[in-house]
Amino acid sequence: MSEPVKNTLLFVVVGGLILLTGFTQSWNAAILILNMGLISAIMSIGVNLQWGFAGLFNVGVMGFVALGGLAVVLVSTPPTPGAWSGGGYGVILALLLGAATVVAAVMVAQKMPKGRAQTFAIIGILVVGFFVYRAIFDPNVATIEAIDPAVAGHLGGLNLPVLLAWPAGGLLAAGAAWLIGKTALGLRSDYLAIATLGIAEIIIAIMKNEDWLARGVKNVYGLPRPSPVVGYEVELQQDPGFLARAEWFGLDPVTASTLSVKLGYSLLFLIVLLVLLWMAQMALKSPWGRMMRAIRDNEVAAEAMGKDVTRRHLQIFVLGSAICGIAGAMMTTLDGQLTPGTYNPLRFTFLVWVMVIVGGSGNNFGAVLGAFLIWFLWVQVEPIGLWLMNLITAGMSDGSGLKAHLIESAAHMRLFTMGLILLIVLRFSPRGLIPEK
Amino acid sequence: MDLLNALVALANFVIVPAVAYGSQLALGALGVTLIYGILRFSNFAHGDTMAFGAMLAVLVTWALQAAGVSFGPLPTALLALPFAILGCIILVLITDRLVYRFYREQKAKPVILVIVSMGVMFIMNGLVRFIIGPDDQRFSDGARFIVSARDFKAMTGLREGLAIKTSQGITVIVAVVAVALLFWFLNKTRTGKSMRAYSDNEDLALLSGINPERVVMITWIIVAALATTAGVLYGLDKSFKPFVYFQLLLPIFASAIVGGLGNPLGAIAGGFIIAFSEVTITYAWKKVLTYVAPESLAPSGLVQFLSTDYKFAVSFAILLIVLLFKPTGLFKGKVI
Repeated sequence: MSEPVKNTLLFVVVGGLILLTGFTQSWNAAILILNMGLISAIMSIGVNLQWGFAGLFNVGVMGFVALGGLAVVLVSTPPTPGAWSGGGYGVILALLLGAATVVAAVMVAQKMPKGRAQTFAIIGILVVGFFVYRAIFDPNVATIEAIDPAVAGHLGGLNLPVLLAWPAGGLLAAGAAWLIGKTALGLRSDYLAIATLGIAEIIIAIMKNEDWLARGVKNVYGLPRPSPVVGYEVELQQDPGFLARAEWFGLDPVTASTLSVKLGYSLLFLIVLLVLLWMAQMALKSPWGRMMRAIRDNEVAAEAMGKDVTRRHLQIFVLGSAICGIAGAMMTTLDGQLTPGTYNPLRFTFLVWVMVIVGGSGNNFGAVLGAFLIWFLWVQVEPIGLWLMNLITAGMSDGSGLKAHLIESAAHMRLFTMGLILLIVLRFSPRGLIPEK
Repeated sequence: MDLLNALVALANFVIVPAVAYGSQLALGALGVTLIYGILRFSNFAHGDTMAFGAMLAVLVTWALQAAGVSFGPLPTALLALPFAILGCIILVLITDRLVYRFYREQKAKPVILVIVSMGVMFIMNGLVRFIIGPDDQRFSDGARFIVSARDFKAMTGLREGLAIKTSQGITVIVAVVAVALLFWFLNKTRTGKSMRAYSDNEDLALLSGINPERVVMITWIIVAALATTAGVLYGLDKSFKPFVYFQLLLPIFASAIVGGLGNPLGAIAGGFIIAFSEVTITYAWKKVLTYVAPESLAPSGLVQFLSTDYKFAVSFAILLIVLLFKPTGLFKGKVI
């Protein structure tokens, strides 16, 4: 079987699995898998850019995804009345002062001659800067958080169309990635992994605790939808034209409206995925892509050829993280809410890694395929596990504790299965389903 | 000015908890550092190995409790510890045989092994959730305190109390014993010396007839024992929750790297550095300061540098500083 035929077949199989879900379970579930599959595919492209192209081991995907989500709140929600005049500018001032403190300390570390005087100067700057920062920051935050704490208590956003939040999410993630890359990219691969793992945790901690920013664990609900492509169910159900079309399909208005809303998202996500996939493909084929792979395969040789390895690494780290940020913003838009408490590294970092490796690192189509396949399994392993457990325990007596326990823990088969798939692929087909050319 | 009360408050809220937490981190970091020294990769599954060992201890403890066995004032979990260690050893040896050995023979790059350990992490995490569920489990019993705050106050007549939990006392004692045993083993026995030789220079060690598979096996056995001990002590001190062990990965790695990856002494020092900085920076200093400072200067706020939710940020900041200024760690570790 030739390469293109095999690859097309793989995509057809995964598409068939999703269609099968539609026929056997419900179309709602199938489109849900499709939508999250599209978002996962974008995250995979981002990780593949970093790992597959450049060999950068980033396990902080969750942090960039969460930053994308934050961007949705900051861009698309209406500003909280009185928050900016009350304390918003003060908070910004405090943050700027905090940043200035760090910059000053770094400059002293670089410019002053080493010795005791330098150490004292750095510590002095940091301590004074910290107290000044807290003195301005704390009262302003208290003012903001006191404004209508039941529904607001945060700065709010810019009230712009939510579609603008997607590139904004990318920019926010790119900015964070630049800062991280500047400090951590010189490190060895497993140190970089631990550094990014830590940064992701810190980003989540900040989003959970800084209520003035996006309400923290109180969550932000009711984020706007990208209308008119994605409408609102209630409005659709009152639209005579829509009702006629639903009638024509033989669907009742409620089902038709939910399906139509979800398909609207699918359409938008598909456009973003295709654009990004095209860009990633172009990058892979370009001289730039070849240079990246040369650096990945032999850093020393690439450096000898005059390539600036550190800068190229920083560049691709920022690009890949920005793509993860875009995906994060899209996901939060799909959810319609920002819930910092739900970000979990197993789900948002390591699962994306499984997708890339199973699909084929270094190959964009592989990453996309892996994303759809793994997301499908992630969703479906639970019902399959339950079915399996029912089968295994069918012979046991009804009252037995073991039976109850086995059926109850079927829900936890997900992680186990994902690990198993990852290990099997790594062992027997380390280049993934669609290997790099 | 009331220095004595300030000291007692400091000991109660900062020193005692940090020493206990530091011992737990040190034991965890020792496992990470040994794997790194011998097998030469950063084991992402270490947190979940700890969770697995601790889970076995919880199960055995429950069985012992149900059978009416108890350890007097000490927690029953200590009796369960040897069984849990044994179970954990079996698990990691099976994992090594089925998973890691293949890549060792292939001489795979360390980063591949890290990804493989990610897969193992998923599986162990899944196993633990599958067997015991994702919820909090309490399994500590016996006396709760060695010294309770009220007894201490009655004894000394001070306004501040000093409480030492049994779990904290046991943590320190067990950690000291475990570390002493480990260092005795590494420095005095033939096998331990062969392990150090292998870690120091693999080729030379092979040349002098050291069996690499045996070294690797012994390393896994020691790592499983350390991980289980650390996991049980942490569970006794706080409570057993699978996801928390996964999150411990970060401070444990920070400890190992700050001390110098591959250096056991460094892992211990790193554990205490991380623990003390986490506790001191997230502690509200108001109480201590009100005793020390003159009345007019008494602090109005909590004097807490960062809220406790940022404790990861602290270990991480220290990690970054060390990586940037002294990449080999405070004690000289390996740099490959």
